[in-house]
This record gives sequence, C-alpha cells and structure tokens, in this order.
Amino acid sequence: MTATAPSVRRTPIYEGTRIPSPIPTVLTTPPDLAASGDVMTVNFGPNHPSTHGVLRLVVDLYGEDVTGLAAVVGYLHTGFEKNMEQKTWWKCITYPERIDYVSFQNNEYVFVAAVEKLLDLEIPPKATWMRTLLCELNRIHSHLVWLGTSALELGAISMFWYAFREREQILDLFELVTGYRMHTRYFQVGGLAEDIPRGFYPEARKFCDWMPHAIDDYETLLTRNKIWLERTEGIGLLSAADAIALGQSGPVLRASGVDWDLRRVEPYLAYHQVDFRVPVFPEGDVYARYRVHMQEMRESVRIVEQCLDRLEHMDGDPWIADDRKIVLPPRHELHTSMESLIHHFKIVTEGFRVPEGEAYMAIESPRGELGCYICSDGGPKPWRVKFRAPSFVALQATATMMTDALIADMIAIVGSLDTVMGEVDR
Amino acid sequence: MSGVGSTEPPRSERAGFAGAGAEDAGVGSPEPPGIPGLVSRTEKHRETTIVVEPGRLVEAATHLRDEEGFNFLSDITAVDYLGWAGADVSGYIGTAAGRDLNRPMTQGYQAVPLAKPKRFAMNYHLLSISEEPRRVRLQVWVDEGEPVPSVVPVWPTADWHEREAWDMMGIAVAGHPNLERILLDDDWEGHPLRKDYPLGGEPVRFSEAE
Repeated sequence: MTATAPSVRRTPIYEGTRIPSPIPTVLTTPPDLAASGDVMTVNFGPNHPSTHGVLRLVVDLYGEDVTGLAAVVGYLHTGFEKNMEQKTWWKCITYPERIDYVSFQNNEYVFVAAVEKLLDLEIPPKATWMRTLLCELNRIHSHLVWLGTSALELGAISMFWYAFREREQILDLFELVTGYRMHTRYFQVGGLAEDIPRGFYPEARKFCDWMPHAIDDYETLLTRNKIWLERTEGIGLLSAADAIALGQSGPVLRASGVDWDLRRVEPYLAYHQVDFRVPVFPEGDVYARYRVHMQEMRESVRIVEQCLDRLEHMDGDPWIADDRKIVLPPRHELHTSMESLIHHFKIVTEGFRVPEGEAYMAIESPRGELGCYICSDGGPKPWRVKFRAPSFVALQATATMMTDALIADMIAIVGSLDTVMGEVDR
Repeated sequence: MSGVGSTEPPRSERAGFAGAGAEDAGVGSPEPPGIPGLVSRTEKHRETTIVVEPGRLVEAATHLRDEEGFNFLSDITAVDYLGWAGADVSGYIGTAAGRDLNRPMTQGYQAVPLAKPKRFAMNYHLLSISEEPRRVRLQVWVDEGEPVPSVVPVWPTADWHEREAWDMMGIAVAGHPNLERILLDDDWEGHPLRKDYPLGGEPVRFSEAE
C-alpha cells in the first residue's frame, strides 16, 4: 500500500481506455440511440445544491442511464489572474486564497513559494515548519468540507454536522494564529506575517488528540454503511492509465492505484523530514476516493503532531527572512530608524522587485497538483500569473467516469472529484 | 548607482519583438539529440525549458511522452508579451537622464528585460510519473493569429487547457476537436488576458434594447 516507487495496478479496472473520442471531455450519445427519440437531454445546474458551486452538466438520459454528458464551467469566473497582474507582488497574496476558498493556506503557499523561487530566498526553519503545519491543518479542513458535503448529497445528513463540528475547531485554530478564520493571509514572501502566538501549541495538541477519535466516528458512520457502499462501490471507475492521461492528481489519482504524492516525490516545505504514509487504493471507484480522503486526514494529524514537536523548541527563533529589500522591517524599528521607515515605505507603496524570469511551482494541495506559474519582467508587479487548478482538471474526467452510469451516480461521481468551482473558473 | 544603461546594449536593440531566437539560446546543457524541432534548451531556477518550433510541436510532444517518459501534462499556460520591456527603467532608481524625483513611484525596471522572439508563448508543463520524477517546460513562440497545433492526441487533458488558452489569450489552436470558449460566454468579444485588452468598464447589456 505504501511502496515508495509508483506502482500501477497489474490487472486493469476495465479493458482498454474509456476516454471518449474525439473530444476527451464530452460523452456523446450513440447516433442510433439518439435517433430513437427516447433520449432526453436534461440540464443539471448551474444552480443545484449538489454541484459544489455553479457547475452545469448537460446530460443525455435514456431512462435512468446517462448516455451523454458535457460539463459547462465558467459561471464563477472572476478574472483573478488578470487582477493579479495589476497588483504588486505582495498585494497579490490575498488572491490565491480566494481562488480555492476551501484550501486557502495551500493556495497561499504555492504563490508565495513560486515568488520565493524566483527571488531565491532562504526561509527560516520556524516558518517552514509552521507553514507545513498550517498546510496540513488546511488539508484536514478541506477534506472535512468535502466529506460533509459529499455525504450530505448522498443522503447522509448527519455527516455534515459531524464534519463541520471538527472544521469549526480548525477554524478556531486559524483564528488564534492569524486573526482570521478563512483567507488568513498569514504567509508572507520570506516567511510568516507574524510570530506564532502563545497558547497555540497546547490548543493544537488538544485538536490532534481529539481528531483521530472524530475520524473513527466518521468511519463508524460510513465505511461499512450498507447504503454508502451501494452508492459508492464500483461507481465512477477510472483506470490508472486513464487517470494519468487525463491529468488527474491527488486523491483521484491515488484512488486509481497510482502511488504519487508530490509531498513525497518532490518534497517541499518540511515534508522530507516528517514521517507519513501515502494511502493508495487500486479500485478506482468513488469508495476508493473516500478511503483515500479518510486515510489522508489521519496522516495529516500525524504530520501536525510532528511539526508541533519541532516548533515547541523554536521559541524566539526568527519567523521571517531578514532581507530588508523584500521583507517589511519590524514594526518597533519604524519609530527609531530612518532606514527602516524608508524600507517600509518603499515596500508598501512601490512593492519589492522580483528578478526577470519564469517559474512553475507545484505542490500537493488537498485536491491534487496545484501549480503556480509566474512570469516576472523584473518590475514590482507580476507579468503573468497562472494557476494549474486541480479541480479544473478533475472535471475533465467526468465524461470518462460517467460511462455506463446512472443519473443518481452522477451526484456521487462529481462529489468524489472534490471540485471547488472557485478554483475551476478562477 | 550601477549605471543601468552603461554595460547593456541600447534599449532599441533589446526591447520589442525583433530579437532573433529565444533568450539564452545555447546556454546551459548541450542539445540532446532527438527532440524534433528543438530551438533551445535552458536551465534556470532549477527548471528546464525546451523551446521547439511551433510547426513540430506535436512531434516533439510525442517524442517527450514516448521516449523520455513525460506521460503527464500538468498545465498549459499562454503568456502575452505585448509591451514587454515597454516601460522605462525606474525613475526612482535612476535612468540615463538621471533621477526623476517627482515620480517616486514609477513602475520601471532596474534593467530592461531581454527581448522575446514573438508575442505569445505557450508553455506546456510536463511531468514524468515514474520512478524518476522530473519536470520540463515545453515552449513554443507564436505571433498574433499564428496557429499552435493541438496536443490533445498526445495528452487528452490538454482539451480544456487549450480551450482556456483560446478563450483568455486568443491562441488559435489548430486541430482541437472542440475549440470553444470555456470560461467566458460564447458571444464574448476579445480575449481578456491579452495585454491590450482594456481594463475596467464593461459594456452594460440590456440597457437600451427591449
């Protein structure tokens, strides 16, 4: 289950490929069936409680069988990337969080890390560990929202309340550290915006002690629940080869039997120094994706604990790089040092400059490979920012997964992809 | 002041789109044999960029997938370089004419960026999901209206990425099975991520009709 090398399941889930042709993202009704007059085209969404936002699916139905499907996106397009081109680098940090409003810390990190890559900036260890900790807490948060809403859509309403009970605790922890519950803007180019407040570690420990029991509760409710199994097992099949061809990543890829996690294969932050397992399930169905999510939450709790072990011995260490051309000077210096005041003024008004060049930074967000491409012309504003949104790519697999599916399965399948429409449409 | 213009060639020779070949061509590791249509290969920020001729993109992509194991297309990013290096060097830091203390917030450069060969760049971020994980950026340069061949036959996931490049940047992807707008309305005019797309203000619909 946790081999270090990527392993692909030997016996395929299905023969050959199911990716529709010639358009890989559109399932087309066979012409003879369409000519029969028994096929009904139904518009599902864009406003429907189980579309995780505003997703429109145009579905061809033959009775209860789905014979054709096309996903229509763009209802939440807000032009983040264009907006970011008009802002200085450090003012841009608030934007990525709002792109994927459920995994905000991870999105914030990927942008900051891409800028740091161009700047070639060294990050103090305390900031690295705290970023790791928050990214993992955020992963649990994101998985909880996924679990609550996806189960709710399949009729398990109590899951929603349980999942949101623990989510509330995580938001309280974010509030304790950053002052905000969501969209924290706590990562700064160079490190963290503020030092970690006193009292955070014991509260985080309390959460880590409780969370595994909460996951046990969820699993008691769902993992062997007859209705849940009937709705999810063998539904939405995706083979490993098709998943790779369709660019799937994260839990979807791991549930198709590909042992692939960027935290392990391309370690960033402190992931090469923590011990965690990568859950891989070979079945490639909705149930496997559910299992991956549950296991990942357990592993994330373990990572948070290991981060706490380190951070508790780092009191008084710097939390942000000491580069006055990029990092704001400490607040107390502004009253006494002219140099600091000038640096503060320059960075706040004009922004710091990022050397000319382009960089692509990819991390393992809760939804998979989250990439950030940035291009700088050497000025204080980005020339181009582009996000590789895992949800955007995940939706491309709907047509493949819907082969031979029923209309009721569609809810389970789209839910299992864990899409956030803000990220799809950007 | 390190004298911005002193060691650099005059700006007229560097800026604009008239530069021959891609930047830093030939710098870095020697050209590996085999990539069809290879123009240059550079290493920067621990990333490899391979520039190929647009006409031979599909060949190069197939080669990278089958021979070099890049089985996973992460992302396609189109970049518009219109007006690249168009601003002055920053007045605050100093220009050839001296400091402009009346404009302390000028958004110029400390050094003028290198010229780009053409207006648009299409970047294909490739990944190898294998025992030997590695990434590469495949890049082609095109001018306005010049088509880029579709890589959907090589990586099916390119479908929506190429539609987005068309929608946002107006890159004409040749041979795409379903080249329609993806994020904007079907009747939207223009491609908003282009640098010449007007900022702010959008015509209000339904104001006079009906």
